[in-house]
Parts: sequence; structure tokens; C-alpha cells
Amino acid sequence: MNYPSTSVQDSSEQHVSEGLPSAIDPAQVGTAAPSLRSTRARELVFMIESLTAFYGEVAAIRDVSFEIYRRMVTAIIGPSGCGKSTFIRCLNRMNDVIPSFRTEGRILYHDVDLQGSGVDPVAVRRRIGMVFQRPNPFPKSIYENVAYGLRILGLKDDLDGRVEQALKRAALWDEVKDRLKRSGLSLSGGQQQRLCIARALAIEPEVILMDEPASALDPIATTRIEDLMHELKKDYTIVVVTHNMQQAARVADMTAFFSITKGDEGQRSGVLVEYDDTNTIFTQPKDKRTEDYVTGRFG
Amino acid sequence: MEADQNASQIFRTERIGRRKLVNRLVEVAATVSALLAVAVLVLLIGSVAKRGAGAISIDFLTKTPVINTGFGEPQPSGIANAIVGTAIIVGLAVLMALPVGVLTAIYLNELAPPRVASVLTLALDVLNGIPAIVIGIFVFVFLVVGHGQTAWKGGFALAILMLPIVARSTQEVLALVPSSLREASLALGAARWRTTLSVVLPQAVGGIVTGATLATARVAGETAPLLFTSSLVADDIRTNPNEALESMPMFIFKSAEQADPALHEQAWGAALVLIAFILITSLLARAFAARSRRRLLGER
Amino acid sequence: MSVAEEQVSGPATFKRRGRFRPGDAVLYVVTLLAAISGVVLLTLITREVLADAWPAMDRFGLKFLTTQAWDQNKELFGARSFIFGTAVTSFGALLLATPISIAIALFLTELAPRWIRSVVGPLVELLAAVPSVVLGLWGILVLGPFVTGTLEPALHNALGWLPLFGPARPVSSSMFAAILILTIMIVPIVSSICRELFLGVPSELKDGALALGATRWEMVRGVVFPYARAGIAAAMILGLGRAIGEAIAVTQVIGNSVAINADLFAPGDTLASRIAGQYQGADTALQLSSLVYLAVILLVFSLVTNIMAQIVVRRVAGRHQV
Repeated sequence: MNYPSTSVQDSSEQHVSEGLPSAIDPAQVGTAAPSLRSTRARELVFMIESLTAFYGEVAAIRDVSFEIYRRMVTAIIGPSGCGKSTFIRCLNRMNDVIPSFRTEGRILYHDVDLQGSGVDPVAVRRRIGMVFQRPNPFPKSIYENVAYGLRILGLKDDLDGRVEQALKRAALWDEVKDRLKRSGLSLSGGQQQRLCIARALAIEPEVILMDEPASALDPIATTRIEDLMHELKKDYTIVVVTHNMQQAARVADMTAFFSITKGDEGQRSGVLVEYDDTNTIFTQPKDKRTEDYVTGRFG
Repeated sequence: MEADQNASQIFRTERIGRRKLVNRLVEVAATVSALLAVAVLVLLIGSVAKRGAGAISIDFLTKTPVINTGFGEPQPSGIANAIVGTAIIVGLAVLMALPVGVLTAIYLNELAPPRVASVLTLALDVLNGIPAIVIGIFVFVFLVVGHGQTAWKGGFALAILMLPIVARSTQEVLALVPSSLREASLALGAARWRTTLSVVLPQAVGGIVTGATLATARVAGETAPLLFTSSLVADDIRTNPNEALESMPMFIFKSAEQADPALHEQAWGAALVLIAFILITSLLARAFAARSRRRLLGER
Repeated sequence: MSVAEEQVSGPATFKRRGRFRPGDAVLYVVTLLAAISGVVLLTLITREVLADAWPAMDRFGLKFLTTQAWDQNKELFGARSFIFGTAVTSFGALLLATPISIAIALFLTELAPRWIRSVVGPLVELLAAVPSVVLGLWGILVLGPFVTGTLEPALHNALGWLPLFGPARPVSSSMFAAILILTIMIVPIVSSICRELFLGVPSELKDGALALGATRWEMVRGVVFPYARAGIAAAMILGLGRAIGEAIAVTQVIGNSVAINADLFAPGDTLASRIAGQYQGADTALQLSSLVYLAVILLVFSLVTNIMAQIVVRRVAGRHQV
């Protein structure tokens, strides 16, 4: 497994010494300023240790280990079927709703085992929110969509204010402030997705998981979502699954490349091939499989 | 210990204790409700089985009712006349409802303009919603008053109940027949009527039989339509459709009203026979339906 | 004009092109005649029933609806007791059956593992296949004694301050027994409709709620119920219609009394049940005509609920085109 060392001191030193390699195509690299990354210490949010996930007898992902850092965008890329969605749904225990699902290995969230016996998925999902591939607003008004999570948690003081703030943070407020009572379904696809983001933001999670959030949207809406990710990462930790490499190059600070491997009996599982700074993944990948993928030779 | 403390710190969520409690209460309530329904069913069927089994015998199924006054040897009493009567009345109902229902479905599914089809379908839906007792009263004032009760009038009342059911289920089966079959037949030069009768109908026969069987099973247990059309009956086994014949549901109804425990036992026995008939018929029909549906869809 | 140019698909407009085919015309006419049987029957039923109720309608007018009497000697008949009884028993049954049915549907769709689902589901549906006369028989001989012996005293002790729950009576026939029997009859109907509705809620909506940290109940309350709201209403109306029209099982357990009581443990009667109870024949023409008048009222009630259910169903079909 190729991934940089996890200690906080090491990583900042690495960045200062490396800088940007000369072979980089500037158009491909994300707009996050390198200086910001080098001076800010990396804080650990998730530590994934040898995670293997099964649907029944089939291992969808095998022996995955890496870390996810605070207030960064971490992208999960790879060909279809490599278990990206399965992986990200482990992070907020959404796979629990599937009866045949089980895991081996650990996911540590701030040093606490996410799948420990004392941990309630309901509490996990309150801290770790999710936005889905196809926008799924509730058949309620825009206001009630955003207020749903707040009402459940009993955070009813200044409901109006919290709803407004969430919609502002999702860059949707100006477009809907005059029609909060209208159905969430009356919005365009891109707006619906931003509504779903606002809905997730309203309860102030720490992490936001995004499973291909823009794949069902047109290019303009996609750009708005990507801009939103840049803004949101100042306050939230973002993990985004994307099948679009260029998107990962544009938005992500760290990138994890998953691929498919054939087991001894021919069964296909997803594995983590390489995890590194986005720069490194796209310009100086250490694994040949990564290089093949990012240069478009396969996948 | 410490890990648990850390977990509860990290994942501290508002009102989580109360929310989990409410969730658990709802789960319990839902489970209890389901168990309650199953319990009622078990109690019901259990009562019928337990109390009715004692009455079942060859005599019960082959002899006619006898009032044992307590003097002399008790004569074996049975429900043979009710069994025969039900067979005749329900048979007549099927004879009346099945052709009309199937032809109706053919018209609605194959030939009718959409606007006409929706009006006629609405009429059938409304007919379906009319209570059986009203149907019974209707046949009473329409046919029985001044002329007397007969089995075929009872059958007619049951047929009115069956008609919407048979028509709807036949429609569903006809809709399952792939239109490519119709197109192929018409493209070969066959007339529409021939296409419908020789190509579409044979494909749908299995489903039609199933639907008719299920409708029959349902209607065999109906009492209300027979109250006014075939309830004043004789005690011996009659087979003339022009007379009022005894039927299983009527027998149970009348016996239940009486205070005589011997009659009650007979009523339980008849109920057992009736339920057994309905259950077995329904199960067979559904099994047959599953098989013919698989075959029909598999040929697509 | 080639045959292939005839309209070929499904319910086609009957257009005659090319050669006149007598077979087609015959089929069309025959099936059309069959298809209008529904309309014909409806008209016939309405006309006959109205015609035969007319003598009573003429004699009593609308006061029939507010008269509490059923006396052939005094030649006085009225529907008030039975309208009251129908309302109390039907709505009472609906009140009991709705939460139970929704709970069962939730159990079968959200809670139970697959193997339990496949057992309990059919069992609940089986309840609907039991003929009403058998249910009535069970009601008289099994449920009735239990209710009078155990349930009624318990309710009276606990809630006797309510006029609804009077002292237990020696006879086991009562409106309460009728309510229980009707509940058993409509639970399978309402719960199977609700089950279909809940299964139809898109899983992405449910995932969306769960991902926000909702408990399963919160997800059901916030997403499933609102989504299925109109369908649940339709199911309830259908159940109500079923309860209103049930004659046999009710007449067996309700006690057939003309009295109007607030006490549920008292006997009573409903429209359908009174009609059924007089099956051995009406003594006078006026009595028969009054009986048919009851049938007219019952017909109106059931038509209204039927139409309401249809309206709700059609509105549901139109709305969920997400």
C-alpha cells in the first residue's frame, strides 16, 4: 500500500520540501493553494484499518487502509465496480440497512471504532452526513426539507435562522428565499442537489460524504457543486466519490485510487491501490495501475 | 469501558435516549399488532377445526338434517342437502357470470374505445362496491316477490357479485398477453375476431380459470344474497334449480341462531367444510396462477 | 388497403377497413352487450329498489331518517336506530382497525426479516378469506362469551365513568361485539393496501432520511407516512365501506334491538343487519317497503364511500409522478 506517513509533523515537512513538481499540467490541478496545505497541520478524522466489506459471501472491498484528514476534500476515484460507493457508505454505516452486509477490520473516527458495539448508527449519521448521487429531496416544502433534521433533534429554537443559514451555506438561499413554502421537487436538478446539501448542513455535521454528487447534473450545475465543495471544506471534512477524474483533480486535496483485483478463485473485489496528495496521484503516481488509470489507458 | 465512554462522547446526539425509546416502543407496538392478527386467525381457525371436527363423519356429509327430539334413537343428521344445494347454486352462478364476465373483459381490453372503456369499468367498480345484502334485496323485489324463492334466483344474485371480479381478473390476464401475438396474427391476414378467439384467448385461459376459481371460492361463502332468494327450504336433498335449495352458508346462519348445542355443533362442522373448501380451492388456484403466469411471461 | 395497416395494438378503436368481416361485427356486438351488463344492472338495481321503497318513502318521507321505531303493529317504521348503529359500529371498527392495520403494514415492510414476512403476510390475508357467516358463528359462540365474561367487566372497571362502557350484560350480543367483528374483517383489507403503499416508497427517500440520523420511526413518520398519506386515506375509506355493508356477521352478534344507547355494551342494530334480520319475511307490504327503504339508504351510504375512495385513488395516481 502506498500512502504517505500519517504523523502530523512528517506531512507538513514533506510538503514544504517538495513543492510542485515541474511536470504538472496546471489546468489539471486543483485550485487549493499549496501554501494553505503546507502550513495547516493535518488532523486525523478517519483511520481505516484493513477494512473488508462483504455482501453475503462476496467481498466488495478488501483490506482497505488509509486515513482521511480534517477540513480537506478527499476524493475516491476508480473504475466502476471497484467498491467506491460501498466504501463511502461504510463511513456513515448506511450499509447497515442491507441485511447481508458485514465487515472485517476497523474504521476509527477520532480514535473511536465506528462499528463498535456501543455505537448507534443514528448517532454516527448525525455527525457524518451524506449527499447522494441522485438528488432525493423529500416531498415537502423547501423549508421543511431543511428543517427535517433540526426537528428530529429538537433544535427548534430559531428554526428560521438555522434554515436560512444552511441554505446560504449551500449557495441556494438567494434562489429560493421567496419560495420556501414551495415543494422541494419544484426545483431544478442542480438546485435539488444543493437543497440536499443544505439539508445535511443544517444539523452541523463534522463530515459530509458525497457519493457522485454531480453525476446526474448538467455541467453548469456540476461546476456550482464543485465551487461549493471548495467553500465547504473550510468548515467541514468532505469525502467525495467520483467517476470523473478531472473533477477529482479540480476539487480534491487528497485522492484515493481504488481498483478491481481478482482473487484466488476469480472473484472480483475492490482494493485501495494508492492514496496520496492529488498532485502526486495525477502527476507522479507511484503505482503503475494508478498511472494507467489517470492517463486514461484504462477505466 | 474507556472506549465506550469515548464513543458516547464523540457520538453524543441530542435527545438520543428519548428518540431510541420512542423507536423501540413503535417497534414493539407493530410487532404486537402483527402477532395479534395472527393470534386471532389461529383462534378462529382453531375454534372451527376443534369444534367442527367432532361433527364430521360420513353420515354428516351424506345425510340430511334431522331434528332429534330426544325421544328414541338419535338419527344421524347431516348437511348433504346443503352441500348439494351449494354446488347447484354456485354452479348456476358460475354459468351465468363467467361467460358475461369474460366477454365483458374482451370488449374492455381488446375492442373498446378508451372513453367507453373507462365509463364501463367505472360502472363495474361501482357494482363491485354494492353490499351483498342490497344485491339480495334487489333480486328479492325484482324476481322473488310474487313468484317464490328458487335456487337459480339465488345463483343470479351470486352471479351479480361475481361479475365484476371475473371481469377485472380476466382483463388483467388479457393485458398480460403480449401485443406481438396479436400483431403477428393480424399481419397474417386473420380477422380480429379470429385473432381474439384463437390466439389471445387460449393464452389467457389459465388466468381466466384461476380468476373464476378464486371468485367462486369467495362467493361460495356468501350468505346475504341467499337470505331472500333461497332460504325457505325443505329438509331433503333436492336438485331442482326451480326450487329453493339449502346452502352451506344458510345452514350455518340458521343453525347459529338457534339455542340448540347439537345444531351448533353441526354449524361448526359445516363451517369447517366450507372453510376447507375455500382454502383448498384458493390455494390450488393461486398455485396454478403462479405456474401459468410464469409460463406466459417466459414466452415473451 | 393491407391488413397490416389496421390498427393492431391493444384496446384499439374499432375501425373497419378493407373487407367487411361479419365475424368482427358479431364479436363486437356480443362483447359490447356483455360489457354493458354492468351499467344495465346498476340501473336496474337503482330503479327496482327505489320503486319498491316508494310506498314507504311516500308514506314517511324524510322523517323516516329521524324516526326511531320498527313496529309492524303500529305501522311505524324509521331508520334512525339503524343509521346510528351503522355509524357507531363502522366508525368504531375503523377507529380500531386503522392503527392496527398501519402497524401490521409497518411490521411487514420495515421490521420483519424476510422469512417472517412470508409467513405472517399470507396469514393476515387469510383472515379476509373467512366467510362472514363463519366469523359471525365464532362471534356468537366464542368471542361473545369472552367479551361479556372478561373484556366488558374489565373495560367497565377501568373506564366505566365513560357512558360508553356500561356494566356487563348477561347476553353476549352487543354493538361492542359487532365493532370487534367488523374490525377483524377490515384489518386485512386496510393493512394489505397499506403494505403495498409502504413498499412503494422510493428507497432513496428513505435513505435520505436515515442519512440525516433519523431513527427508523422518525424516517417512517417523516417520509413514509407523508408519501403514502392519500393511499392510507383511500384504504380507510374502503375499509369503512366494507364495514357499512356487512350484514351477516353483524346481525349475528349485535342483538337486533331498536334502542339507541350510548353504552356500547347494549344491543343495537345497523341498516344492513336489520335488513338481514327480516329475511324470514315481512308481515305487511309497508314493512317490506320500509325494509327496501333501508336498503336505499344503505345503497346511498355505500355509493358515497365508494365514490370517495375512487376519487382519492385517482388523485394518488396523478400525484406521484416524481
